[in-house]
Amino acid sequence: MNTVILAAQDPTLADFGKDPWWLVLGKIVFAFAFGLLATLLGVWFERRVVGRMAVRPGPNQVGPFGLLQTLADGLKMAFKEDILPRAADKVVFFFAPTISVISAVTALSVVPFGPKVSIFGHWTPLQVTDVSVAVLVILACSSMGIYGIVLGGWASGSTYPLLGGLRSSAQMISYEVAMGLSIVAVFMTAGTMSTSGIVAAQGDATQLTIAGQQIPAPGWYAILLLPSFVIFFIAMVGETNRAPFDLPEAESELVAGFMTEYSSLKFALFMLSEYVSMVTMSAVTTTLFLGGWRAPWPITLWSGANSGWWPMLWFFGKVIVLVFVFVWLRGTLPRLRYDQFMRFGWKVLLPINLVWILVLSGLRSIEDWQTRDRLLATGIGAGVLLLATLFWPSRKKAPKPPLQEQVNSRPHGSFPLPPMDLQVPPSPRTKRVVAEREPANVVAGSDSREV
Amino acid sequence: MTTQTVLAAAGQVSGGEEVTFWILAPLALIGAIGMVWARNAVHSALWLVLTMLCLGVFYVLQAGPFIGMVQIIVYTGAIMMLFLFVLMLVGRDASDSLIETLRGQRVAAVVLGLGFAGLIGSGLYRALEGVQAVGLDRPNAEGNVQGIARLLFTKYVFAFELTSALLITAAVGAMVLAHVERRKEDRMDQVATMKARFRPGNYPGPKPGPGVFATSSSVATPARLPDGRLTDRSIPEILPVRELTAEENTLKGTEK
Repeated sequence: MNTVILAAQDPTLADFGKDPWWLVLGKIVFAFAFGLLATLLGVWFERRVVGRMAVRPGPNQVGPFGLLQTLADGLKMAFKEDILPRAADKVVFFFAPTISVISAVTALSVVPFGPKVSIFGHWTPLQVTDVSVAVLVILACSSMGIYGIVLGGWASGSTYPLLGGLRSSAQMISYEVAMGLSIVAVFMTAGTMSTSGIVAAQGDATQLTIAGQQIPAPGWYAILLLPSFVIFFIAMVGETNRAPFDLPEAESELVAGFMTEYSSLKFALFMLSEYVSMVTMSAVTTTLFLGGWRAPWPITLWSGANSGWWPMLWFFGKVIVLVFVFVWLRGTLPRLRYDQFMRFGWKVLLPINLVWILVLSGLRSIEDWQTRDRLLATGIGAGVLLLATLFWPSRKKAPKPPLQEQVNSRPHGSFPLPPMDLQVPPSPRTKRVVAEREPANVVAGSDSREV
Repeated sequence: MTTQTVLAAAGQVSGGEEVTFWILAPLALIGAIGMVWARNAVHSALWLVLTMLCLGVFYVLQAGPFIGMVQIIVYTGAIMMLFLFVLMLVGRDASDSLIETLRGQRVAAVVLGLGFAGLIGSGLYRALEGVQAVGLDRPNAEGNVQGIARLLFTKYVFAFELTSALLITAAVGAMVLAHVERRKEDRMDQVATMKARFRPGNYPGPKPGPGVFATSSSVATPARLPDGRLTDRSIPEILPVRELTAEENTLKGTEK
């Protein structure tokens, strides 16, 4: 009985599209509210965490622990004057933040929040919908989100926003390539593009046979496909315009880039979309690489961990951990220079990703060989790699000759240099001033000791 | 969406599909017309984006979810974005001018366009006459993505690889044409620039301005160094070095 229920927990594609209309509406409202609430709490969370990292309290006045600070800020922002620049393209200027928010929220519709549960007698998955290409829907949403930023920058009719918009379109397109490629490894391993299918595939613990013993190996793709996970996470930070990759915004160089001319509610919408997409991308990472709503290891010892409403808790826990990592990165790393950033994306992330996909497909194609052949094939590959790294030409430069030698080797007629061991005698005037100065009048009070 | 996908079979159109079609088809047409009519190049591109999004949804409705999503990601997300990128670099005021450079070209374009549409329409109608729609149930039996992958990597693998080779050639060619090759050794960093500046034979200070201590304020007149010599460095290289004669130097029209 128990196993039957457990098997029925995992939703498949056939389970979707059978809900009554009120349930669909309820799920949509839930996903939307999740995005908005996560923004409200996420801004507070970020400010508190960054504050703690910077050894200061952070917002702590409005509401308990300053929880209502974001709400107060949001209300204040909504009542500010809405300025429309004269050179702005009015329609596009209005639509740009809307596009950003819509595409950030829409991606939440294919994220599985949990397994199948019973809601008022309906046995339904905790997910708005799932399609056979659900992950592509997420990618499509993030690629539509670029329009919001680019159009916002263009429609402002001013130079800084335009520069910010152009920078962001180049940045997001290049990092989307890296992101898409790192998902390929997930597709290859899971054999499906539907999010619920990927979560289910991570649940089937692979069995390793070591010395005749069956050992359940971890099924999370963050462990199985570690390079993909790392690249995906980096690309995701670039895609959501978060520090250290917040070049489109770059408040210290581009005075907030594409958002320069925005004020009031439209500015609030841009901020909303940034935080919603941060949460959405954390949820997507959880789904693709961290086992989705499935409980992590010590909790799985309890047999009911992956059934009922509990998985939602594990899911939210993982999302919060990922959001914390986002904030942590922001509190730790300085912003990259633009050329470094682009070089990193195209010359580091992309080639590593391609090589990794090649290696993975090679490993998968020899999966059903005999053990000896398989070991031989992987051994040859690893040996070639080892030899290549051993004999790779060193990029270290030859050490520079000492300074005196460099000076001596200069051609005749060079600019005159003072001798290297020149001793400048101290000016007699300086000596007199030092000698005549009176000692500073320092009062040794209790206040000065703390400094 | 799955139910719609299943129902997109031969001869039957589900209610949902019909409703979606009648909402999105006019939108797609409006987008196409708007693209032609918009004066501003960026607006034109945005109208085209609307049409492409509608087409993507149509593909999904027609039991091709993969191609629908790829349409949105690749065409709308990447290619139109590059279009926008170029348009913005050109400048935001790049609107169409209303002046006809060729007399009657607009009328000719409309006539030719209508004729072409008629040709395509009648050709399609003739070609599809009597064709029974069988739907995508059989190709989609093992999944839409898997079906496409099977065709792409077995039957059409040669065409696929040829196309990708063509695209890569085009991209590499564009880069070769546009890229200015600069070798690593030729690149001057700050230290190298400083060394070149203090090399013997190169004067590290700022150049004297033309006409300093000179007999005339002409740009062509070289400056004088403190020791009285003329310095060539003070005038542009393309100008011949000369000093004005006394005749040229005197104020004109005043001596008599």
